[in-house]
Amino acid sequence: MEFFRSINKRILALAAMVLLVFFCVVPAGASSGGEGEDVVVKDIVLEHINDSYEWHIGKFWGKHVAIPLPVILYTKEKGLVCFSSSHLHGGHQYNGFAIAQEGDYAGKVVEILPCGSQIRPLDFSITKTVAGLLVNSAIVVLMILGAARYYRRNGKVDSQAPKGWAGLVEMLVESLVDGVIKPCVGPRYRKFAPYLLTAFTFIFVNNIMGIIPIFPAGTNITGNIAATLVLAVATFLVTNLYGTKHYWKEVLWPDVPLWLKAPLPIMPAIEIIGLFTKPFALMIRLFANIMAGHSVILILTCIVFVTVKMGAAVNASMSAVSIFLGIFMNCLELLVAFLQAYVFTMLSSVFIGMAQEGGEHH
Amino acid sequence: MGLLQPESGLLFWMCLAFGVVLFLLCKFGFPIILRSIEERKEYIDSSLEEAGKARQETMHLKEQGRQVMEEAQAQRWKILEDTRAEQEKVAGEMRQKAQQEAAAIIENARAEAQAQKEAILRQANEHIVTLAVAVAQKMLRQQLQDTKAQAELAGRILKEMDDKQN
Repeated sequence: MEFFRSINKRILALAAMVLLVFFCVVPAGASSGGEGEDVVVKDIVLEHINDSYEWHIGKFWGKHVAIPLPVILYTKEKGLVCFSSSHLHGGHQYNGFAIAQEGDYAGKVVEILPCGSQIRPLDFSITKTVAGLLVNSAIVVLMILGAARYYRRNGKVDSQAPKGWAGLVEMLVESLVDGVIKPCVGPRYRKFAPYLLTAFTFIFVNNIMGIIPIFPAGTNITGNIAATLVLAVATFLVTNLYGTKHYWKEVLWPDVPLWLKAPLPIMPAIEIIGLFTKPFALMIRLFANIMAGHSVILILTCIVFVTVKMGAAVNASMSAVSIFLGIFMNCLELLVAFLQAYVFTMLSSVFIGMAQEGGEHH
Repeated sequence: MGLLQPESGLLFWMCLAFGVVLFLLCKFGFPIILRSIEERKEYIDSSLEEAGKARQETMHLKEQGRQVMEEAQAQRWKILEDTRAEQEKVAGEMRQKAQQEAAAIIENARAEAQAQKEAILRQANEHIVTLAVAVAQKMLRQQLQDTKAQAELAGRILKEMDDKQN
């Protein structure tokens, strides 16, 4: 009986949500349907995934609200140039710079030469992604240093186990160290645990912040190839700089029949390619997972706007579908956010562990 | 393929941001947390070990106490047994002694009785001797009167003596 009652409650809740969606969407659809704007899903999705020079927060009472961000450029003639991106808003030119509307550099700041051609200067602008990255980095640092402060203050061994925030961080750290880092890296895990934990926290926070759509969050960082490239390079460096003699011997002179390594170094070549494919896989995996997740959520959200022209009934029902799928995808992305951070940490641990093999004999 | 092309500016900022985060967390963040967790783990382990040891010690002490109790019990039984044996021995000795004493007393009494008897007999003998002397005196007094009369007299005297003795 209890079971059926709870089921009934759930069905009621679902029905209520559907009705709510109908009531909300129908007037909106009726009002905006007449404008006749074509919704290009691809552009919307790419606009959200790609970088921009201002941080668009939303449209309130018909006005776009965006935070202008500093544009920092370096050119040979003008040197270091720094100005607010609000000067470039709406395709304006400023100091010979403008945001290219089309071509190879579409959406990027270019220098327009007197002859009319465009060249791309070195661009160190604080773009939306960079700003989000800085915000998220600050959050990561505050999170962990906040927890570390507890330990610095209650440094005694026989003091109570931490509660609250430090307890949460400790739970996370302990489960990662005991469940991933210790078994994957091996006996010298202590040296690499800080890097691996930093990578995990950094990726996890950026993933989560990418899902949250409200202002200080909502930037797509781990779904950006530059970010995952840096992370993968970091793992590559840690793996190979701390590799043991045994590991390098396995790479350059592996334990295979002689004809496989001399005169043609077939196996060493494969091993050396393997050195680079491992971090490359890390980079692509994280980037593709997060980027795809964001795209799917955006596309599902776009259903609401795409179906506006198909009439109120279709629009309302499809909006309901969109919202349900959107909720589902958000839950899935929440899982993916953790999972990808976890997978990155685990694979980094495995790579580092492989480079530490045989080290205890030396 | 704009998505797959890493932007140089973003690369720069990402390197900077991740580098700073990595430095801060590896310097001030995680090592302290990891060390604290490790230390606490060791502390808990050692505490558990100590508790186990203490428990064992307690068990040991309890066992020892039990043994002491058992020994005391055994000793008590032994003492009781010993006492009883001693008592019995003493009683037996006493009885023996009493018997011996009684025997000695009886012996003494018997000896005394014998001695008295002998003394009586000696007295009687003395008496007899005296009587015999007296008889002999009397006989000697009527000496040579008559042999027949002597015999008669002797018989009479003896008869008298007999009567007297009886």
